[in-house]
Amino acid sequence: MTIWKLLGLAALITAAATALLTTTTASAGGKEQSQTLVWWHNVTQGPGVKLYKDIAAEFQKQHPGITIKAVPLQNEQFKTKIPIALQSDSPPDVFQSWGGGGLVDQQKAGKVADLTKYVKPWIKSIGGTAAGWQVNGKQYAVPYSVGVVGFWYNKQLFKQAGIASAPKTWPQFLAAVAKLKQAGITPIAIGSKDEWPDAFYWDYLATKLCSKPVMQSSAVTYNFGNPCWTRAGEYVQRLLDAGPFQNGFLATPAQQGASSSAGLVANGKAAMELQGHWNPGVMQALTPENKVPSFLGWFPFPNVPGSKAIPGSLLGGGDGYACSWKAPQPACAQFLAYIDSPSVQRRVGSTGFGLPVRRGTENSVKDPNLRTVLKFRSTSPFIQLYLDQAYSAEIGQALNGAIAKQFAGKATPAQVVAEIQSAAKRK
Amino acid sequence: MFLAPAVALYVIFLIVPVVQAVRYSTYDWNGLGALSDFVGLDNYREAFGDPAFRQAMEHNGILVALSLVFQLPLALGVALLLNRRMRGRGLLRVVFFAPYVLSEAITAVIFLQLLQPDGLVDEILRGMGLGALVQLWLADLGLVFYTLFVVITWKYIGFAIILFLAGLQGVPDELHEAAAMDGASSWQSLRLVTLPLLGPTIRIWAFLTIIGSIQLFDIVWIMTLGGPAGASSTMATYMVDQGVNSYRIGYATSVAVILFAVCFVFSILYQVFVLRRDVRGGTTRMAG
Repeated sequence: MTIWKLLGLAALITAAATALLTTTTASAGGKEQSQTLVWWHNVTQGPGVKLYKDIAAEFQKQHPGITIKAVPLQNEQFKTKIPIALQSDSPPDVFQSWGGGGLVDQQKAGKVADLTKYVKPWIKSIGGTAAGWQVNGKQYAVPYSVGVVGFWYNKQLFKQAGIASAPKTWPQFLAAVAKLKQAGITPIAIGSKDEWPDAFYWDYLATKLCSKPVMQSSAVTYNFGNPCWTRAGEYVQRLLDAGPFQNGFLATPAQQGASSSAGLVANGKAAMELQGHWNPGVMQALTPENKVPSFLGWFPFPNVPGSKAIPGSLLGGGDGYACSWKAPQPACAQFLAYIDSPSVQRRVGSTGFGLPVRRGTENSVKDPNLRTVLKFRSTSPFIQLYLDQAYSAEIGQALNGAIAKQFAGKATPAQVVAEIQSAAKRK
Repeated sequence: MFLAPAVALYVIFLIVPVVQAVRYSTYDWNGLGALSDFVGLDNYREAFGDPAFRQAMEHNGILVALSLVFQLPLALGVALLLNRRMRGRGLLRVVFFAPYVLSEAITAVIFLQLLQPDGLVDEILRGMGLGALVQLWLADLGLVFYTLFVVITWKYIGFAIILFLAGLQGVPDELHEAAAMDGASSWQSLRLVTLPLLGPTIRIWAFLTIIGSIQLFDIVWIMTLGGPAGASSTMATYMVDQGVNSYRIGYATSVAVILFAVCFVFSILYQVFVLRRDVRGGTTRMAG
C-alpha cells in the first residue's frame, strides 16, 4: 500500500467517525416519563454522608418518576472534573457551586440554567446569602450553607500558654502566638501544600485593612492599586517572620490524613488553624475516636486597629448547587428547593454538616462553636467572599499562587500584588 | 486493507487529538463556551517568557541528566550481580523488581507518609545516630526535587535491572571464555565484551527513561503538587496547574503541544542517530 492510499484511507475513516458521533448525539433525548438527576457533590466524609443519602431517598419518595443519582467526588478532584463535564454533552444535572467569579464564568458560557422563575416563591426566605449566587440580579445557583472563616483553636493549649481570652485585635493575636511559642506549643497549623489556606491570611488581612468599597470594586475592575493590598502582604510578612507554623508546613496538606493541618489541631499537636466552617467535620474524620475534639473553640479573625475596614468585617463563603443547562426542569429546581426546605435545612444544622441559610432554622445548630460562627455571620456588617472564589478562576489561582510564593519566602508583598495585577491584565 | 483497523485507531486516538490540540493552543479559552478569542502564537510566547515554565523545563532537564548519570551505573551494577549464580538470586530479583509493579499513586502515597516531618525516615536516621542528616524532605525548596528523584529511582530502577538482565542473557558465555583465553581481565571482559553487546538494551532503556523524565507527572503531583512555590514542578504539573486549576485551557494546551513537540523531535532524532544501528539488525552492519 502506498502512502497516498494510506492517507486516503485515514481521511475516509476520520469522516466516517465524525458522522457516526454526530448521529448518536442526535438520537438521544426526548424521554419525558422517568427523569434522572445526576447529582455531583463533594461530600465524601463526615456527617453529610448520611444526610445526603436521606435527602435523595426522601426526594425520590415525594417525586415518583424522578431518580437521584448521587456522585460523591473528593473536593480537589471535583474542581478538576467540573469544567470538563460542563463542556461535554452529558454534564451533571445538579452540581456544587461556590458562587462568585466561577459562577460568572459558567454563566457567560451558557452552562448553567437560569433558576430565577423557579425559586421566586421561596428565595426570600434565605435572605441576603442568595446574592453571592446571582449574576446580574438573576439566580443561577442557590446556597444551602454559608459560613465564615475564623480560627479553630485548642482551648486547653491556650490555657496552658497562659492566654486568658481569645485575641480580639491583631497585636493581641501576635502576642498570643508569641506566648504559645514560648510555652513550646506550635501556635498555628497550616496546609500550605494546597495554597488556598495561605491565601486565607492574605485575603483576611486585606478585608481587615481595605475599605468595603475597595474590596467590592476590586472584584469587578481588578484594580489593585490601593496601597492597602500591599499592606496586607506586609502584615502577612510580619506573621511569617514570627515563625508561627508547624515544622515543614510548606508540604502539609490541609485536610488529608492525621498529619494534615486539620489533623494536627484535631490531635492536639498545634494550637489553632485559620479555616472555614467545615473544619469540625474534617477534624472529626481525622481523629481516632471519630469525634469533634472537646477542646475545640472558635474566634473570629482579629480586627486591625486604625484601618479603613469596618470592624467585624469577615471573610466567608459557602456551598450551593447549580443546575446545568441540560438538567430537566422543573425537577432540578424542585430538588434545590427541597435542599433549602426547612426540614432539610434544620438537619444541615443539627448534624453539624453546615450552617443553614434558611431563616428560622438557625437554632437547629447544636454545636456551640458553630453557633458562635453563625452569630458572627448574622451580625457581620460585611462578608467578603474568599478572593480566589470572588475573582475569575484565572485571577483567583494567580492570587493563591503568588501568596504561596510569599509563604515560601519567594515573593515580597509588592511582588504578590504585581503578580495578581499582571494576571488580571491578561484577562 | 488489513491495515485499516490499525490506521483507524491511530487516526482517531492520535492524529485527530493532536491536530485539535494545536488548534486549541492558538486560542485564549477557559474551557467553557465557544472558541472565539484567537490569539495566534501568544500562548507560546507567554509560556517561554514565564519564569515558572522555564523553571519546570529546567527541572525536566535536570531529571533526564540525573536519571542517566545515576540510574544507569546503579542498574547495571545490580544486573551484573544478579546475573551471577548465587544463593537467593531469584528472591533478590523479585525484591529489586517489586517497586516497579506498584502503581505511581501507591508509591507516592507510601513515600509521602515515610517522608513526613518526624516520620519513619527521620526516625530511622535518628535511631542510627544520624539525626543531623534529618531534613524537611518535601518542604525544603532546595531539596524537594532531589527527594522526588530518589523516589523515582526507587520506583523505576527495577525496570532497568530487568531489562539489563534480559540483555545479559544474550551475551554468549563463549565470548567471555574466549576473552579469558586471550588473557583479558574481568574488567576488560566487562568493558570490551559485555557492554558493547548490551548496547542495544542500554540505548532502548535510555530512550524510555528520557521520555519518561520529560513527561513525569503522577508521583510529583501526588507528593508535592509541583510545590512548594514551584520548586518541584515539571512541564506536566505546570500544564495541569494552568489548565485544570486556573481554567486556562487554551494556554495549557499550548504547553501540552510544547511537551509533545519536545518528545516528538527527541524521538525522531534518537531513532535516526542512536537507534538506527539497532533497528537495522544486530551489532554488525549487514551489507546490502
